[in-house]
Amino acid sequence: MTYKRNIDRLPIPPANATVQNAVCHYCIVGCGYKAITWELDKAGGPQPDRNIFGVDLSKQQEAFAKAWYSPSMYNVVKQNGRDVHLVLMPDNECVVNSGLASTRGARMAEDSYSEVTQTQLHRLTMPLIYRDGDLVEISWDEAFWLTAEITRRVVERYGEDGLIVSAYDHGGMGGGYENTWATGKLYFESMKVKNIRIHNRPAYNSEVHATRDMGVGELNNCYEDAELADTIMAIGTNAMETQTNYFLNHWVPNLDGSSMDKKKAELPGESHAPCKIIIVDPRRTVTVNACEYEAGKENVLHLAINSGTDLILLNAIMTEIAAQGWFDHEFITNHTSEFDSMLAANQVRIEEAAQVTGLSPQQIRKAAEWIAKPKNQGARRRTMFAYEKGLIWGNDNYRTNAALVNIALATGNIGRPGGGCVRMGGHQEGYVRPSDAHVGRPAAYVDQLLINGKGGIHHIWGCDHYKTTLNASQFKRVYKKRTDRVKEAMDHVPYGDREKTVEAIMAAIHKGGLFVVDVDIVPTKIGQQAHLILPAATQGEMDLTSMNGERRMRLSERYMDPPGEAKPDCLIAAGIAKALEKSWRSIGNDTIADRFKGYDWLTEEDAFMDGYHQHAKGGQFVTYSVLRQMGTNGFQEPAIGLTAGQIIGIKRLYEDGQFSTTDGKAKFMATEWRGLQAPGKQHEKSEFPFLINNGRANRQWQSLYLDQYNAFVMDRSPLPIIEINPTDMDELNIKAGDLVEIYNENGSVQAMAYPTPTAKRKETFFVFAHPKGAVANVISKGVNELVIPNYKQTWGNIRKIADRSKSTRDLSFKSLEYRT
Amino acid sequence: MSNEDINPGRRRLLVGGAVLTASGAACSLLSPQSASAHQTNPNRYPSNQIGNIKDLKVDVPIEITYPDTASPGILLKLGHSVEDGVGPHQDIVAFSTLCPHKGIRLNYVAADKSLNCKEHQSRFDCEKSGQQIWGHATQNLPQFKLRVDHQGDIFAEGVDELIYGRLSNVLTTV
Repeated sequence: MTYKRNIDRLPIPPANATVQNAVCHYCIVGCGYKAITWELDKAGGPQPDRNIFGVDLSKQQEAFAKAWYSPSMYNVVKQNGRDVHLVLMPDNECVVNSGLASTRGARMAEDSYSEVTQTQLHRLTMPLIYRDGDLVEISWDEAFWLTAEITRRVVERYGEDGLIVSAYDHGGMGGGYENTWATGKLYFESMKVKNIRIHNRPAYNSEVHATRDMGVGELNNCYEDAELADTIMAIGTNAMETQTNYFLNHWVPNLDGSSMDKKKAELPGESHAPCKIIIVDPRRTVTVNACEYEAGKENVLHLAINSGTDLILLNAIMTEIAAQGWFDHEFITNHTSEFDSMLAANQVRIEEAAQVTGLSPQQIRKAAEWIAKPKNQGARRRTMFAYEKGLIWGNDNYRTNAALVNIALATGNIGRPGGGCVRMGGHQEGYVRPSDAHVGRPAAYVDQLLINGKGGIHHIWGCDHYKTTLNASQFKRVYKKRTDRVKEAMDHVPYGDREKTVEAIMAAIHKGGLFVVDVDIVPTKIGQQAHLILPAATQGEMDLTSMNGERRMRLSERYMDPPGEAKPDCLIAAGIAKALEKSWRSIGNDTIADRFKGYDWLTEEDAFMDGYHQHAKGGQFVTYSVLRQMGTNGFQEPAIGLTAGQIIGIKRLYEDGQFSTTDGKAKFMATEWRGLQAPGKQHEKSEFPFLINNGRANRQWQSLYLDQYNAFVMDRSPLPIIEINPTDMDELNIKAGDLVEIYNENGSVQAMAYPTPTAKRKETFFVFAHPKGAVANVISKGVNELVIPNYKQTWGNIRKIADRSKSTRDLSFKSLEYRT
Repeated sequence: MSNEDINPGRRRLLVGGAVLTASGAACSLLSPQSASAHQTNPNRYPSNQIGNIKDLKVDVPIEITYPDTASPGILLKLGHSVEDGVGPHQDIVAFSTLCPHKGIRLNYVAADKSLNCKEHQSRFDCEKSGQQIWGHATQNLPQFKLRVDHQGDIFAEGVDELIYGRLSNVLTTV
């Protein structure tokens, strides 16, 4: 049966309820929210003077009501030790979302820890240690001591390369400037750790190295540019599902023509028409359907390329633009370098590109025209380029990223209203750390180091390789073996004998074992193998700053207590650092011990002032008190001044034509097509019939670390979904909801079949990182030259495992596409 | 509704342990309010006649309102039995047509028996109790509980989710 809450009314906040600023802690868009709290034994009423909205709640409210919240936006949480009502609802005044809430963000209250309503009770509340096959509570002091003792002994014996670190580097939930600074200070300043990786990839590297090498930061425009553009080119991004309110609130007004008045007012002296959009995606996504509905099919060019052929398509578009003479010569001359060599290297015949991509030459030429052909009266087209994981986790990341930036630069569309060449993003951002230059380039392929027996201790911060690495089957097998070796050693030591515990652990490490300290907010898959688990607080439970996809920085305030003894990561990092100082000093090594000074933070604000305020560009203007005043609109980084209590930011980067290179000129890059770049991919493609494309979906957030305990989500997504063409399903005797296995030489994984008529034959789509089945199991270890994973180009076989079960029998298997 | 009534009910319910024994599904149910309401006022919802089975044709929805005239919905004959269907063929259902995302009126599409939002493109399956097929809402579509009497008159007598635009399904001034 379809899940229903059977809630027929909600408590009403009284007029004097407390209101705080909040930002959605899920996707990069960072929608503004208001956290409204009031005492449990107080109640507002429907009369306007009895509720905080000043609205007559005895009447039905209209669409886009300012005083309606859904049951998922309500909970009872602890605030300063007392239970309070919480309403967490979207902020109508935030320019990012204008009151819209996604199906993820609108569940933030429901996805909060509550002892009263019993939501998210699986959150970690106390430090835990492995004992006799189980995890038992210990004190923070004990946990810090053991972490430091094993870390110090491993470093003494193997050097800092013996310490392997997995650490998120983003903003929003499980992130934030406070926390990335703290871990960065610990591993890059107090130590010089090289064997470190990020939450979603097996090395410490940029997902967008190329654009940075060209002098073009990847978040260079503002969301309003999507309202102003003549054309949007979206490549490998499914914005309707994964940056939902950016799409609905800023793309759609341009697609349906409703931003026309704004275009005329802000960009006078040129003709304007509703936006055209080019979508490069092998799959027909709901974004394609939404664009066709909003803009009309004649204004949507869906280039459903053969998987992994983006690069030759982009080079062909560049070739066509060159042939037509549609470049921005003035911009190229004044603000760029190496144009001619790029153009010579990247020339490709349109017909050849058509054959490789599966498109027609006419489609490629049309794309070039929509991007670059001057408008009436000769004004240059304003084209915004947006890309995300389809490109980032796709074939030949570095060159493909560069090839797109080449087009944006050649058409003068960076630093210009209605332009930009931007990644769309996953999480919000929140990166300020000491220099990582010692990590090197290419960075170490950390997951291969672990597989190959390297490292003695593994510190994990908010990462779960079991769901989000490639080659996950092998990784899990080896990781379990190595960590079990330490568990077995610990089993033979009395609980309270500290010295024997340390000796046993070290002996196991010397024999190839691996000791794991896992910092997280929830139990994870990889955490099953941890020996120490440290409970972290998250956004809402601490003051936390991040920036969104247009560099909009906000302070999301603490409106509830962390569960149990959970702490902000920055204070956990400080605890580890202080324990390391003590540990090194205990053996008389004051030189190393002194490197761990400077962590005397009492609050997350102390970490913010030590990190962002002192080290971020413009950070000297940014404090919690000013950010609090600036609410959910904040400012756009970098800060350049402070006037009348308001931080002054920058709407879009590079408007002055000065790029992030030593000579200030953006650098074109030669990006020749070379087929499937990652080792083994071409072989896999030839051996297995089905493309196992993979990515995110609207209804669930990333690896479902909270959603897996949300009844509304799990009722709809009890198992990972694989979208398959119905004719392919018939041939394999698979029906809707049946359990199927996907397998290849890398491993296997199971999923639930979802018939998808719009899916191309032999091209499936698997929802990434579901806790009931990690597609990572079947993804090969192949990476690019900078150790960027290639998740998207995966091929495998499919077979039926079982008929649909109770969990999938009541599901709707209708098309996801909107119908009229 | 009197909000002052809610908290004592919540307290009683929690002490009674009904929530504490709940499954994962009910953990997010926040059932104290609704359960306590039903405990203290079993006739909270009106029983309103909204049609007769003889008026219904397959896939031709009839516009109705429930539980009052400000809350629009549809009464629909699907043509085959469904889990929550009533009537001789167990194929009659009724839903709120205010999208639980932003309150936009939903349109019925007979081709796949779905309700669709033209503003944000959320979709709900009328054959699956209003399950959100794809969309932005965080609840499935409120369905009206129906009863059919011996004359074929159809009565709406309850709602299983909070209706958009009201913080109490039965509007009240107190």
